[in-house]
Amino acid sequence: MPAEKYKAVIGLEVHAQLNTSTKIFCACRSEYGGEPNTRTCPVCLGLPGALPVLNREAVLKCIRLGLALDCEISFASIFARKNYFYPDCPKNYQISMYDRPLCENGSIDIEADNNKRRIGIERIHLEDDAGKLLHEKGDISNIDFNRSGVPLVEIVTAPDIGSAAEAAAFLRSLRQYVRYLGICDGDLEKGSLRCDVNISLMLRGARELGTRTEIKNLNSFKAVRSGIEFEIERQSSLLDAGKPITQVTQLWDEGEKKLVAMRGKEEAHDYRYFPEPDLPPLIVDDRFVAEAAADMPELPGVKKQRFIDEYGLSEYDAGVLTVEKELADYFESLVTETSDPESSCKWVMREILGQLKDTGITIAEFSLSPRMTGELLILVKEGVINLQAAGAVFSEMLSSGEAACDIVKRMGLEQISSSEELGKMVDEVIAGHKEEVVRYQDGNLQLLGFFIGEAMKMSRGKANPGILNELFKLRLHRRD
Amino acid sequence: MSALTDYSISELQRLYKKREIGPVEVVKAYLQEIDLKDPLVRAFLEVFHESAVMRAGELEEMDPEGMPLYGVPVALKDNISVKDRLLTCGSALLSQYTSPYDATVVHKLIEAGAVIVGKTNLDEFAMGSSTENSAFQVTRNPWDEECTPGGSSGGSAAAVASGMVPVALGSDTGGSIRQPAAFCGITGMKGTYGRVSRYGLVAFASSLDQIGPLTRDINDCAVVMEVLSGHDPKDSTTLESPAPGLVQGIEEGVEGLKVAVPAGIAGWQVEQPIIEFQEEAAAVLQREGATVEAAGLPGMEMSIACYYILATAEASSNLARYDGVRYGNRIEGATLREMYENTRGKGFGEEVKRRILLGTYVLSSGYYDAYYARALKVKSMICESYRKLFKKYDLIVMPTTPSTAFKIGEKSDDPVSMYHSDIFTAWVNIAGLPAVSIPAGISAEGLPIGIQIIASAGEEAKMLRAAGTLERSFSFRRRYLPGADS
Repeated sequence: MPAEKYKAVIGLEVHAQLNTSTKIFCACRSEYGGEPNTRTCPVCLGLPGALPVLNREAVLKCIRLGLALDCEISFASIFARKNYFYPDCPKNYQISMYDRPLCENGSIDIEADNNKRRIGIERIHLEDDAGKLLHEKGDISNIDFNRSGVPLVEIVTAPDIGSAAEAAAFLRSLRQYVRYLGICDGDLEKGSLRCDVNISLMLRGARELGTRTEIKNLNSFKAVRSGIEFEIERQSSLLDAGKPITQVTQLWDEGEKKLVAMRGKEEAHDYRYFPEPDLPPLIVDDRFVAEAAADMPELPGVKKQRFIDEYGLSEYDAGVLTVEKELADYFESLVTETSDPESSCKWVMREILGQLKDTGITIAEFSLSPRMTGELLILVKEGVINLQAAGAVFSEMLSSGEAACDIVKRMGLEQISSSEELGKMVDEVIAGHKEEVVRYQDGNLQLLGFFIGEAMKMSRGKANPGILNELFKLRLHRRD
Repeated sequence: MSALTDYSISELQRLYKKREIGPVEVVKAYLQEIDLKDPLVRAFLEVFHESAVMRAGELEEMDPEGMPLYGVPVALKDNISVKDRLLTCGSALLSQYTSPYDATVVHKLIEAGAVIVGKTNLDEFAMGSSTENSAFQVTRNPWDEECTPGGSSGGSAAAVASGMVPVALGSDTGGSIRQPAAFCGITGMKGTYGRVSRYGLVAFASSLDQIGPLTRDINDCAVVMEVLSGHDPKDSTTLESPAPGLVQGIEEGVEGLKVAVPAGIAGWQVEQPIIEFQEEAAAVLQREGATVEAAGLPGMEMSIACYYILATAEASSNLARYDGVRYGNRIEGATLREMYENTRGKGFGEEVKRRILLGTYVLSSGYYDAYYARALKVKSMICESYRKLFKKYDLIVMPTTPSTAFKIGEKSDDPVSMYHSDIFTAWVNIAGLPAVSIPAGISAEGLPIGIQIIASAGEEAKMLRAAGTLERSFSFRRRYLPGADS
């Protein structure tokens, strides 16, 4: 495999749309959507004479991300103009940051291919988004400037990433952070998270870096993985054939599953960065940083460790439950209801995540509150119903929205725990399976489960399995 | 000249409050002046005959109390945005562009009771020193129709000088208010950078641009400046500190002020009569109790190069938006790129294109360090030098321009010589300082001469003390009239 001969050196540039209520430099709503060009004003349309005014909320949210990723927050950062002509860019320059970004020198810990890695974050800075070109049939294009001026943070990694899997893991982790922080919805398909990749190959053990190429337009985790895999493959076959790598920017074509090189002219940019004269340096003092830090939620890694320590969860379970903050919150509320982390964890991992997967909804959209689910688990814990019945009650709760105890009563699912009643069933099973009884008594103890299952069938699932267990053991005990 | 158009702002206010005159008759009188004189002067690009009279009528129903510019007609340089009005910037590219919003200064003028009477001519996008770079017309100097009124706020200066309005606003990036004020024998002021909001001023060089008034005397100037000044949440570069009271300082005199005058002024190729008035200004200030000393003005020789790098760099970016995509006169092409090239190639005039090219060049990779980065260093050196100088002195008093108004066409083929006429003004914008030009007298050819007073940042009030003293001594308005034989 070529990947073993060469070492891939990959860096990502990720753009995340901040979910501020207004745009970065004006008071227009920044929410996604709206009839074209209804969320615009002289500032975000770049009309003559309009001036930008920085949105405080965007700065707070960018700093919060910087703090979460262990960045240094610059006391004085400077906005700069990035000059380029494109019809969706109303001023024909983007207001970004260049040599003095807001956040620098952070990192994210990832795990990919059973390998833990620390990926450096070189910088995080603020900038404004462009409008959107809407191509019609023929040679007509329209422009929607609703997106123009939506705040973006650009996160630039160090070239620390070594594979497509690591890149995807990084992006997943970054998405987890922005969602935990509540600063971006992290939706790649909608474009609220966008990923560009820089990639070069070098011979293993070599010191000199190879020529770097760039891939843009990677709009899904799958695209990130395939794009990188394709490019590694492309570069290594070129190198194998002794051909040079040329600097190029490629677009990922999701439909055709291939990389398309942009024409030289489109990428030969001299952005002529210079300090934005319409905005003074952004001064961030300790008080401002403290304000950003004050709203900081518990971060994914910390939460995961706490779930392991506090609730005794396995690393795997803790990892799954903390992927999304909302799921972790649900789990914790459930534990508060049941005082039973183990059964709560099992129920969320099996039943609830299964349900979410089947129906394609998120935990935020899930109809049962932790209190309702908790009541069900308490019924199990108190022996009112068994686990099997609990599954049925759960389905019924999902469709009818009724409380667990009402369903149990209505469907008559209370567990049978009386020794007398169960004793009759046990006797009946023993009487009906003489052969198995002999085998059991000859030492095939696994048959106990079979007997319990038979009795359970007889009770139409209502028998208390614990008591059945005891009763069978007692009665099948060979008295010799 | 009708007497109604002779009153100063304070006289107008006194008469309005006593109900001896009303805004409608005053506005109509000024509109008549415009109709009479502008066909020759060509200062206006648009006159708001109807809306001005209508607004004056509305004002008659209102109490003048608390409105410092009640019933005062004001003209605006056509790079200042008025809602639903053309905003051409003197450019063919924007000849049909209507702006959907009011500039902050327009808000402030209207709140203060002013009547906007029209838009004045300018060098395209305020780039020029003669108003000859307008795509629409050549404005003439009211003192000599063969001369330019200066620029880029030449339309505003000519309109005030010829009595068509008592007040006009201009913008000053490297002298564009003060130089035409000097050429036209009127008063023109720019505040400390950030004193007046730029929101709604079409940007030429954002870090240098300031809006300011052109008026007939220093008192009118102070009244208007007080209205325009102040922090604006829509312009992040405006000063946080409250604007100082300016009017009262005019009467305070210069007792105890320390004034620097440039040493070796003759070495700057300054015309002799200008040197004489400069010397007279120094003598007057000394006589009135100021200490006057000759001092070297650091960085002046580098300031023009520095200015034309910084200003054109910013301009190249500020003017990128005029691409024919969203507004402006689009000239179609076979491809997007061709459309850009046609629109900008034909829509912009020669001087604007020259500056866009210069600015693009100085920011290009490989040249950035040699030009733009170095100009920034010169800028900070100039700023630092003047911070030091102003620890020793309260004011600098010097000529506004090295020459009086030049002839139309005289410098239009020689951009470097045109750029050089900003030698005494551009450095003030680089240093972000407030400055005012007042008329001192006229040359043998009958052309006005301006004297400029510069203060340290935030010290506009001190500046006006000297301006008031000099104005009383020069008595320019009582002695000279434009168009009259000297």
